[in-house]
Amino acid sequence: MSKAQAVAYKQGDYKSKVKPIWCPGCGDYHVLISITRALAEIGVAPEDVAVISGIGCSSRIPAYTNCYGFHGVHGRSLALAAGLKVARPDLTVLITSGDGDGFSIGGNHFLHACRRNVDMTYIVMDNRVYGMTKGQPSPTTEPDWDSALSPGGTGLRPFHPLVIALASGANFVARTFSGDPNGTARVLVEAIRHPGFSFVEILSPCVTFRPDEKEWKNMVHTAPVEPTDDAARAARRIMTDDGFNLGVLYRGHRAPYQPEIGTASVDVADLEEAFLL
Amino acid sequence: MLKQMEGSLAVAEAVALCRPEVVCAYPITPQTHIVEGVGALVKSGALENCEFINVESEFAALSVAIGASAAGARAYTATASQGLLYMAEAVYNAAGLGLPIVMTVGNRAIGAPINIWNDHTDAMALKDAGWIQLFAETNQEAVDLHIQAFRLAEELSCPVMVCVDGFILTHAHERVDIPTQDEVDAFLPPYEPVQVLDPAQPYSIGAMVGPDAFTEVRYLAHEKQLQALRLIPEIANVFKDVFGRSSGGLVHPYRTEDAETIVVALGSINGTIKDVVDQMRENGGAIGSLSICAFRPFPLDELRAALINAKRVVVVEKSLAPGLGGIAAPDVRMALREAPLPVYTVIAGLGGRPITMAALQEVFEVAGDDRLPDMQFLDLDYAAVEHELVRARQIRRSGPTAENILKHLGAPALASGE
Ligand SMILES: Cc1ncc(C[n+]2csc(CCOP(=O)(O)OP(=O)(O)O)c2C)c(N)n1
Ligand code: SF4
Repeated sequence: MSKAQAVAYKQGDYKSKVKPIWCPGCGDYHVLISITRALAEIGVAPEDVAVISGIGCSSRIPAYTNCYGFHGVHGRSLALAAGLKVARPDLTVLITSGDGDGFSIGGNHFLHACRRNVDMTYIVMDNRVYGMTKGQPSPTTEPDWDSALSPGGTGLRPFHPLVIALASGANFVARTFSGDPNGTARVLVEAIRHPGFSFVEILSPCVTFRPDEKEWKNMVHTAPVEPTDDAARAARRIMTDDGFNLGVLYRGHRAPYQPEIGTASVDVADLEEAFLL
Repeated sequence: MLKQMEGSLAVAEAVALCRPEVVCAYPITPQTHIVEGVGALVKSGALENCEFINVESEFAALSVAIGASAAGARAYTATASQGLLYMAEAVYNAAGLGLPIVMTVGNRAIGAPINIWNDHTDAMALKDAGWIQLFAETNQEAVDLHIQAFRLAEELSCPVMVCVDGFILTHAHERVDIPTQDEVDAFLPPYEPVQVLDPAQPYSIGAMVGPDAFTEVRYLAHEKQLQALRLIPEIANVFKDVFGRSSGGLVHPYRTEDAETIVVALGSINGTIKDVVDQMRENGGAIGSLSICAFRPFPLDELRAALINAKRVVVVEKSLAPGLGGIAAPDVRMALREAPLPVYTVIAGLGGRPITMAALQEVFEVAGDDRLPDMQFLDLDYAAVEHELVRARQIRRSGPTAENILKHLGAPALASGE
């Protein structure tokens, strides 16, 4: 009998004693609630969960949970989570990140994590700003958002993480809103259970540096259509929606990456050939 | 003009007065205020003809600067700590290509464990990348060094890193004299690149160089640094003529003439050290100090001349080479090779640990009696490290060191830093 069947876990079992130091009203408080709620619903033991992050306000989550936590360097969480998961495939692996950590400095890992399709869940708290370094634009920030580090706005087209995830091969794609912790928890349960790489973008307001995002609660709405397993259709829908469409948007059927530890054997001559230059 | 202002903003104003044409940056504490300051000057129109690019990482920041500089633009970036390490490949690249980029490093510790406070580990990790490295003692010197850095970089076609202690200088509000645009223009001529994109003479840079010529290219990089040894004091002299104050140069000796003990250090800690020197002098101590302003190129001759008549040298440094000791101290020993005086290493201020006058004075007094070990950590909590060593010997699965130490000291775990 597995531990999950033997014990019923409560949400509080996943919370550590470390008191969060987010700003009052930060969306990330609700994300923490949603994550612990989802884990309790799934019933996995806290010691069977690893929460991996990089650096940012959103990346503080591991310390606030009672699971194994790992603060990596800024932008590398997906790569190190992949290493951890292939070494310990029995663990449930969650990666918590922000739009800066995940899409700017860590952007390349995002593409390859989707491609590699390791069975883990990537939770990005998207607040369209670098909160921790006090208010600079990220790849999801609107082009005309003015700040000291982008005089007059970046003028750049925002990055579209959900579509990029689809194009790169993510197996599960969803968008939620931190202000709806029940809805977010439900989606997270599905994401964690879904095999392969699951990507959940959580719109999580930075009330301090983007006070305008307090309005998000009036802008979000549930996706009016059923999730699809057709990536092209999902991409078309996501590209034409208003960015506030919530729910599971794509469920794929790709087989997750299967580590074959110990079976690889490569000839040195082949390696030399492959790495010339 | 005299102004009371934050160090970062003073540096930003100095950089803007140098009229960079491309500025690119990714934010990281404690550098952020500097680049935000430059951004604000672009926005206000005070800095014209400047493309300010907000990039996706430090690796991109320096790479953009490399591209801009290769195309003939005056390029500037700034970073700190993890950001400097993340751009390391491009740091070597810029030097290898001989591109005169100026970069501020707001010195900060390197993780793990993550730490946002000041030490010199970041700059020391890249001391041998081929960049000129200047260390500011005060915010006034930080301002002045940036103005000198552009001229130095462009005369030699070599990148220059100006190191400014994170928080201690970057976030300190001090009185600084910000020069006028006319003064800076008189000192810093428009950039005249040694390599330009010329359609009449197209070439490609950065191609492979094999064993037949690689050593020669590297030799010339070394030679360029040796030229900088001559040029840095020359530029400091011209600066003095134009601006009326001494700043920069290779080393700053303080009360060293008849000193038996000379303390050597880099950056802002020299202020505290000078206070300790004054205090000990009042009580009859024969002590002086020397601040190394140019760490690369390393001023071997100037150090030797300043130190050779002392009885001992104490190097106080904010960086550690695990497995060896100091990082600056071996270079100081190199300056004193064959000289019969001991060079002691004192590792201090790691990860922002305060360096107090009392602790320094105690160490200098012990050094004065030649009772200091070769290498010593200032204010180390021996009980805490001993406790952890015992644990690690007794338990195979002793766990993560940093978290164990925090637990032992009863300190609350901080979640991730910045
Ligand atoms: C290599 C490196 N560069 C820069 C930083 C500084 N830094 C820390 S967090 C962060 C951005 C965080 O933004 P995001 O991931 O969106 O998280 P948020 O704080 O908004 O939750 C930056 C630039 C760093 N720690 N390491
Ligand atoms: S700065 Fe923004 S993201 Fe960070 S804790 Fe405050 S509200 Fe949240």
